[in-house]
Amino acid sequence: MDAKAIHEKLVARFGEKIAGEGLAAASPFAVVAPEAIAEVALFCKSDPRLAFDNLMCLSGVDYPKENPPRMEVAYHLYSYVHLHTFALKVLLPRENPALPTVEGVWGVANWHERECFDLLGIVFLGHSDLRRILLPDDWEGHPLRKDWQDPEYYHGLHVKPTQQMAERALAGEKIGVGPFDFTPPNRSNQG
Amino acid sequence: MATPEPVVNEWDRQDRQDLDTDEMVLNMGPQHPATHGVLRLELRTDGEVVKAARPHIGYLHRCFEKHAENVDYPGVLPYADRMDYCAAMGNTLGFALAVEKLHNLQVSPYVATLRIVMAELQRIASHAVAVGTYTMDIGAFTPFLHLLRDREKILDLFEWTCGARLLYNYNWIGGVSHDIPEGFVRATRDLLREFDSVTFPELLDLIIHNRIFVKRLASVGVCSKELAISHDLTGPNLRGSGVPRDLRKDEPYLGYETYDFDVCVGQGQYGPLGSCFDRNWVRVVEMRESSKILHQALDRLEKMERTPVQEKCPKRVKPPKGEAYVRSEAPRGQLGYYVVSDGNINPYRVKVKSPCFTAMSVFHHLARGMMIADIIALIGSLDIVLGEIDR
Amino acid sequence: MSEVKGLIHNRFEDGLIVTSADQLINWSRKNSIWFMTFGLACCAIEMMATGGSRYDLDRFGIMPRGTPRQSDLMIVAGTVTHKMASRIKRLYEQMAEPKYVISMGSCANNGGPYWRQGYHVVKGVDEVIPVDIYVPGCPPRPEALMYGMLKLQERIQEDRVLRRRGVTVGSLKGAHQDGAADQADPKAAE
Repeated sequence: MDAKAIHEKLVARFGEKIAGEGLAAASPFAVVAPEAIAEVALFCKSDPRLAFDNLMCLSGVDYPKENPPRMEVAYHLYSYVHLHTFALKVLLPRENPALPTVEGVWGVANWHERECFDLLGIVFLGHSDLRRILLPDDWEGHPLRKDWQDPEYYHGLHVKPTQQMAERALAGEKIGVGPFDFTPPNRSNQG
Repeated sequence: MATPEPVVNEWDRQDRQDLDTDEMVLNMGPQHPATHGVLRLELRTDGEVVKAARPHIGYLHRCFEKHAENVDYPGVLPYADRMDYCAAMGNTLGFALAVEKLHNLQVSPYVATLRIVMAELQRIASHAVAVGTYTMDIGAFTPFLHLLRDREKILDLFEWTCGARLLYNYNWIGGVSHDIPEGFVRATRDLLREFDSVTFPELLDLIIHNRIFVKRLASVGVCSKELAISHDLTGPNLRGSGVPRDLRKDEPYLGYETYDFDVCVGQGQYGPLGSCFDRNWVRVVEMRESSKILHQALDRLEKMERTPVQEKCPKRVKPPKGEAYVRSEAPRGQLGYYVVSDGNINPYRVKVKSPCFTAMSVFHHLARGMMIADIIALIGSLDIVLGEIDR
Repeated sequence: MSEVKGLIHNRFEDGLIVTSADQLINWSRKNSIWFMTFGLACCAIEMMATGGSRYDLDRFGIMPRGTPRQSDLMIVAGTVTHKMASRIKRLYEQMAEPKYVISMGSCANNGGPYWRQGYHVVKGVDEVIPVDIYVPGCPPRPEALMYGMLKLQERIQEDRVLRRRGVTVGSLKGAHQDGAADQADPKAAE
């Protein structure tokens, strides 16, 4: 089925929950209302003419400068039965972005959604295990947002880039040269 | 005569009563000789049998997507190289294809053939590392040394062409970075001749049909077709489960449709379909298919008209506003790039769908009920590279 | 008299080696450096290739070990991330003295290509553990890593085990990370 036919099928089934389309793009997509994404996803997988049994990619994108500022989650789907592709997009507000999870439809969404939450802060409601996957558990903030600022330190290690270290070195501080102030726990200071 | 009653050892009896098989949480930490990189596995085991496994990734998260937003399009290519560092040609090829789709650029047939030659050589080298380290994990050290020696010859060819052994920055947007030198075709033919006649049969005899190998792998880590598709296993992992899908045949790029090669699918010769053995077997046989493609590509290179390899490269890569999701068949599976452009010289967003990331997501399903030694076999059969998982 | 005569002067036949205990200890230590395979990223593949058949490391007596408890050397090959930094420190503490660290590759030296926007990348492993040898490259060629190992062997040969700490001589003068060792031993002045 080509993109237009898929879009028409979705509109016929879900009506106004399909809020827009971008069929002229290089990867054609349909815009879905956030609260309906789980049902649309299930329909895409279970309908025999669509049969989108594979979620190729789930990406979050941050658009702070658009009017209105929004975040997008793009689902790129593929069917191993009919060998066609399609994409779904969900537009979310930048404050407290949240939408239902699709991990019940495609198992791989579990990890993709965790990564989206980790790097962008998009909450997936109903997710079985929504916690950080790439960054440490006590990391603060969501780095892939466009307004991310590097903090100075994380547990005593520099996060900001090396240029600062060059300035510190020129100011006379010894970098990378001992003595280091930690002692292994099972060694005495005399050793 | 009454037989004397057997003497019961009180200590044993008490032991058996109090024997409380508690579950143990075992940590296969980020530093481990067999986890193929910095992967942490938290295993909940009952003795030797694993009840649950939880992979922890992110120990190599190098912020590729943040870097991609702050450098220009050609500058993303070295970062892309470093994601899947065992198969660097495939990464830059994927990104170049994505940006060329946004730009609506077509490379010349000569450049396309060059790209195919490099991609298939890289596939052989990458599978050599995969199979070699896998056999080392299983316990056989010699195949690792043999395969690394053969891989060094391929790396010699790469170094001859573009100067780098491991991370090449070779596929540029609209072309490639260096043309092949004089004698490259002959040297590659020599290498392939040796590969076809010596290395590949040796590999089959020594490793694949080896009884120990078969016994250790043939019924371990069986992944059904539905689980594989639902968890987006691609490439050799998917074909090992019996799904005959290969992007080079389904959605051909660079002219792959004009080459004659087969799609290698797992046969389940020694056990259920979708076992570790099948996935590994697909990788081994794919090396021979790559060799077939290479022979055809080298024939064409000799007869083809040589065009300058950078003539289609734009002076400034500034794709029009838009977005595209383009995938290619990397040695580890389908590598997908979702590139969003807003008309500037920096990409707006580059999201990479790495095949190893999705392969790892199925891990905890497959690991239930295995022995700890089989966990090692499972990780190696999925052929993960942590640089690609963590990006 | 111009000839110096002592008890053991010109006493021994050929075939007898006379040396100092320090030199013997250092020689034996430098010729069997067992390193912990701490490959993190791309440099790990080059480290594996250096241990392979073409750029053989075994001929120097250098062997990979999986555990820090049995190794003398930790080659930090690859990018150090903040998530990994605490583990590196713990592994370094688990190694037994004398222990050395080679920082392989530009990521481990100072953050490498990820120095600018790498929020999760530690800008050099020397923020976490003390480093003896820095091997530049991205990734360094196997020959470069071998050169770094040979430099480390020189450093080990000049180590002071039984002798008191004092002036470093030879090619590594001034290179010791503990700058105080380069000065003359303060006790000798007393």
